[in-house]
Amino acid sequence: MNSPRILEIRRSVLEKNDVLAQNLRARFTAAGVLVINLVSSPGAGKTALLEATLRHLRENGIGAAALVGDLATDNDAQRLARSGAPVRQIVTGGNCHLEADMIETHLADWGLALDSLDCLFIENVGNLVCPASYDLGEHLRVVLFSVTEGEDKPLKYPIIFNTADVAIITKIDLAAAVEFDRDAATAAIHAVHPGISILETSAKTGKGMSNWLDYLNTCRNSFALHRITP
Amino acid sequence: MHELSIAHSLVETASRAAQDAGVQQVQAVHLRLGALAGVVKEALLFSYDIAAEGTVLAGSRLEIEDIPVAIHCPNCAVTSTLASIQSFCCPLCGQPSADIRQGRELELVSLEVSDEQPTYP
Repeated sequence: MNSPRILEIRRSVLEKNDVLAQNLRARFTAAGVLVINLVSSPGAGKTALLEATLRHLRENGIGAAALVGDLATDNDAQRLARSGAPVRQIVTGGNCHLEADMIETHLADWGLALDSLDCLFIENVGNLVCPASYDLGEHLRVVLFSVTEGEDKPLKYPIIFNTADVAIITKIDLAAAVEFDRDAATAAIHAVHPGISILETSAKTGKGMSNWLDYLNTCRNSFALHRITP
Repeated sequence: MHELSIAHSLVETASRAAQDAGVQQVQAVHLRLGALAGVVKEALLFSYDIAAEGTVLAGSRLEIEDIPVAIHCPNCAVTSTLASIQSFCCPLCGQPSADIRQGRELELVSLEVSDEQPTYP
């Protein structure tokens, strides 16, 4: 019997997803659409923030749309559609994260004119683990965590915080009620991602929304935001 | 738990490479797994056997090399590996750094193959 030999491959396991994502990003950039991937645990307030964001953007004449990932229902899409923005649901059928081919397929079926848009939001499945591994072709990965979740959440899920471009602390209107320790939360975020920008919002009261919208506007104005793909 | 879908991608990539090279039998698959790849080693090992079933990789071993995170410190001008992914600070001077030089790998490195042809009567 021959002794085994080594066949060199040196290829990323997620190469297929990464290539698709890079192609999507090139398309988005060419069309002048800023694409934002929202990630968080279930219930951190992605849909509430997105609903308020879509409403504000529309009021200011900025064209925005949303692709919404969910395990089983289209409740979030229905809720977001109230903002008047184009919204499309991706029901993952139990899959715990979105992948680039789902974005590509749903965009193709949707027939959305990318050229007419300024921003496209992708609301990922509520999960702080699996979405970290999948590039969806976004320009910005935004991680949300709410004041009710515990200040050490970033230390428990360091990878998603590390791969994000900006962190948003949500439900800030509840901070006093839950004795939220802002310094501890900031320290935890910066421990796993030194220098990352941190914003605070309340979709309910509108507090911090203008900072978030300014941030988006700055990003839209500088398309120099090519994420380092894993 | 997305390791099963990672295992399927791994098996797909490795099977295609084996077929392209005309390999009859794969004994082992070597993978580099970064601490920031977001993949749990044990769950991937468990999923691998399931994903490999019925392919040229069936019965092969999955050998995983753990790759720690390495960051570059602008103060020390040195790249160091981190003991933990809970603290992105230079182990020499304590300066925080987000300049990641290693640790995102999820890379199929090589296959251990046998060139033995099946014998026909």
